[in-house]
Amino acid sequence: MSTQPSPMNFQSRTMRFNSLRRTAMNHLVSGLAILATVIVLAPLAAILFYLVYKGASSLNLAFFTQVPAPVGQPGGGMANSIIGSGVILLLASLMGIPVGISAGVYLAEFGRGKALGNAVRFTADVLNGVPSIVMGIAIYSLVVMPQKHFSALAGGIVLGIMMIPTVTRTTEEMLATVPHAVREAALGLGVPKWRTVLSVSLRTASPGIITGCMLAFARVAGETAPLLFTAFGNQFWSFKLNQPIAALPLQIFVYAISPYDEWHRLAWAGSLVLIVMIMVSVTLVRIYASRGVLKGGS
Amino acid sequence: MPAPSSLTPAVFVGANPSPGSAAPSPIRDYLSKRGSGRVADNGFAALMLLCACSIFAIVGFIFWILVLRSHLSLVEFGWKFFTRAAWDPVSGDFGALSFIYGTLATSFLALLMAVPLALGVAVFVTELCPRPFRVPISFLTELLAAIPSVVYGLWGVFVLVPLMRDVIGPFLHKTLGWTGLFEGPNFGVGLLTASIILAIMILPIISSLTRDIMLAVPNSQREGVLALGATRWEMIRVGVLRNSRIGIVGAIMLGLGRALGETMAVTMVIGNHPAISKSLFAPGYTLASVIANEFTEATGDLYLSALIEIGLALFLVTIVVNAIARLMVWAVTRGAPVGAA
Repeated sequence: MSTQPSPMNFQSRTMRFNSLRRTAMNHLVSGLAILATVIVLAPLAAILFYLVYKGASSLNLAFFTQVPAPVGQPGGGMANSIIGSGVILLLASLMGIPVGISAGVYLAEFGRGKALGNAVRFTADVLNGVPSIVMGIAIYSLVVMPQKHFSALAGGIVLGIMMIPTVTRTTEEMLATVPHAVREAALGLGVPKWRTVLSVSLRTASPGIITGCMLAFARVAGETAPLLFTAFGNQFWSFKLNQPIAALPLQIFVYAISPYDEWHRLAWAGSLVLIVMIMVSVTLVRIYASRGVLKGGS
Repeated sequence: MPAPSSLTPAVFVGANPSPGSAAPSPIRDYLSKRGSGRVADNGFAALMLLCACSIFAIVGFIFWILVLRSHLSLVEFGWKFFTRAAWDPVSGDFGALSFIYGTLATSFLALLMAVPLALGVAVFVTELCPRPFRVPISFLTELLAAIPSVVYGLWGVFVLVPLMRDVIGPFLHKTLGWTGLFEGPNFGVGLLTASIILAIMILPIISSLTRDIMLAVPNSQREGVLALGATRWEMIRVGVLRNSRIGIVGAIMLGLGRALGETMAVTMVIGNHPAISKSLFAPGYTLASVIANEFTEATGDLYLSALIEIGLALFLVTIVVNAIARLMVWAVTRGAPVGAA
């Protein structure tokens, strides 16, 4: 009897040691995960802080009403860039959203489980990953080179194409959450399929689809690279679709890499305006979507 | 059995057991008068199909136009374009090696920094975080993705570059100088600064996808491992991470795809100097930033065509990376509840 306890004792000691080690490891990893989250959120805080700190002081009425001042002159604003961005984004939405929603409808209502549907879905995801600068040179080659000059239209086309994959995939995902019973009820009443899709499926999923469109919009609103060779930028007012047009992200880029302090100030102010516009739209969309008929995750 | 006439309306109505149905009901009357929706239905389906196929057309057109416009350079340099570092617009001698080096170096460094952090955030959000904080924290990390590239660039130029030049750079030189990676003059701009900006930019993509993939692991897996007496970390490692590793690799590759093509922020902080140097302080140049900088001022057809060929290479590489990544992510999340968050 007296010889037995020693191995047992040993075993329980190793077990205790093991359990200590495992608990320590558990705490260590939890701590690291928390640390990672803090490190990730730090740049966000830093960027937002600097935008407000440097940008807010430069915001005034002139910023929203005047065109850029020539080098050396104080003042001036980005009114033409803000309106120009609006024109380009309107063109992009007119092109990207209808095509994107239709493709999403095809995927969800007609192409479910078909090889073609899977191929479209896959291509849309891959297109989403094509760098925006490559889109820019492709549209430059397709639209700007034959036309022989940069234009607002080319800018709208490139951003419109970039919206399509996002809109398509969210539309499809949102339509997939519409219960089949709803469609069957409509079809059972003798409503034709096209009418069912438009008035029942799309209507039911509309909050989620609007979310998708706004997210796509927010994503292309800040795009700069594809506009370098399409919209090109403009220091003056321009509303002609076949002429170069100013855009807020382009103007920020031009000002940021310039050597003038006055222009740096305007770049910060422009970035603040851009980011507020984007974040307000993203946040509104989140709130709207979570209150809709179907909760739209994104 | 009146077989041939069994489908006529009279027989059909007669088969109805309810007594007052000898006269056609108003609904059926309305439907038979309105005719079938076959034409409209088929037209609608065809229109939707056309829009869906436009996505193929877009990818096809991009590829076709890039090949067409880079034809001059493709013929002139052939495969050697990608193995030579010469970039001399004056004498018309072009090779993309130094840009390829810059792109690969910054992308992999960015992944090196972003992947552990992104996994940490995903683990924290899905497994450790108290429930009320889950949504706000994922929302905040996704806000990072909503910040435009050019704003990252602006912040990089005026905040990160001075910080690198005056604080982080000298510190790295002092502590890790023996590796030879932190040598030479430190201007603040260069490969390392570009990689840090890239890491911040690709983090939200990797972490949000990893989060979705980890949420797709069924709870029974977690409960099973916990029931065996595992600690929380062992449960995460064995029950969650091991089950979702293919998807996580896919998420990392999607981040890589984004890093390879990222343009504005990198262009603003990398220094834009075509050279291959071991030091991470040295200025570099990437495939995307050479296009951004030189495309509008490219004089001569060969110069333009060489830049478009760089675009073509970038297009093909990102397509392959994205395709593989998507297949990996799909393999794991297929069948997961839509919109689980």
